[in-house]
Amino acid sequence: MFHIYCPYCEEYREEEEFHPKGQAHIARPADPEACTDEQWGDYLFFRDNPRGIHHELWVHAVGCRKFFNITRNTVSYEILETYKMGEQPRFTAEYPEGKPDEQVAAEKVAAEAAGVERQEGVKA
Amino acid sequence: MSEQTANWFNLYDARPDTEVPAESPLAWSYQNSGRPSVSQRSRVVLRERPMLGHLILRGGAIVLDEAVRRVLGFGVPGRPNSLSQDEGGERSIQWLSPDEWLLIVPGGEEFSLESRLREALGDAHYAIVNVSGGQTLLELEGDKARELLMKSTPYDVHPDAFPVGKGVTTVFAKSNLILRRPTETRWELVLRRSFADYCYRWILDAGREYAIGVEA
Repeated sequence: MFHIYCPYCEEYREEEEFHPKGQAHIARPADPEACTDEQWGDYLFFRDNPRGIHHELWVHAVGCRKFFNITRNTVSYEILETYKMGEQPRFTAEYPEGKPDEQVAAEKVAAEAAGVERQEGVKA
Repeated sequence: MSEQTANWFNLYDARPDTEVPAESPLAWSYQNSGRPSVSQRSRVVLRERPMLGHLILRGGAIVLDEAVRRVLGFGVPGRPNSLSQDEGGERSIQWLSPDEWLLIVPGGEEFSLESRLREALGDAHYAIVNVSGGQTLLELEGDKARELLMKSTPYDVHPDAFPVGKGVTTVFAKSNLILRRPTETRWELVLRRSFADYCYRWILDAGREYAIGVEA
């Protein structure tokens, strides 16, 4: 059993409260009409199956019912981090020990600037 | 804009004052599974508080907090898994998710409260849903109440992890419900209507060894 930290509830919960929803960070093509069949097929059907660090989308189905991301090691099953939608992972295949702090801070600033209007409930 | 917004929802009193009788989701369970009476030996007491007004509020925390404070006199809890109540403990608001709160008020108040909240919120981006008919509230009291919960939910209900004023949505038996602790001795379970009978029978079974009693 996993003990998963929900970044929205801000505490650890049992795995049975969650559902995995596949690979994370899959962006829908901005202009689907301009895609080739191959690009569209890749977007819809083809997923990575890495040995090692993998970013996954999960949902806290019983609980806050929010989607969030998990970085998990597919070999050891270790969960390296969980982070909210719109944020960038600290642990990647390139940085298996975690990105340096200053890079994380810079990415966070950039993401906040871009994501302000996407935040839920802010549009009043 | 405001006239248009006003027409986007259909606000009506879900329980007008008529002769039509209303029944708790557990009415059938009481007949079918019985109601063990409270005795001297009862270490757990179960009490239903049916027909309360349940409203789901969705929207930005700041906007909702302002409106709720103006209408009810206390704000929405900003911290995850927290519960705030008015002084008498009759009205409560619980955090359910970053943009969702459950507001429970005495039965009959929900319609006028919803109207006043909508007025206070004006053009804000929000949603209010009256879910009173969809769920019911059970109270568990007694020195073995926590042990009954420990048998039923994987969530840690030890006082260190579950202080007074906390509320979570979690797994209960093979179903799920909202579990909250408004006072030191009392636990509240908010059940969905369709799971109410199952949860009621589960609680009776789990409480049998503590001679559970159901107060009318």
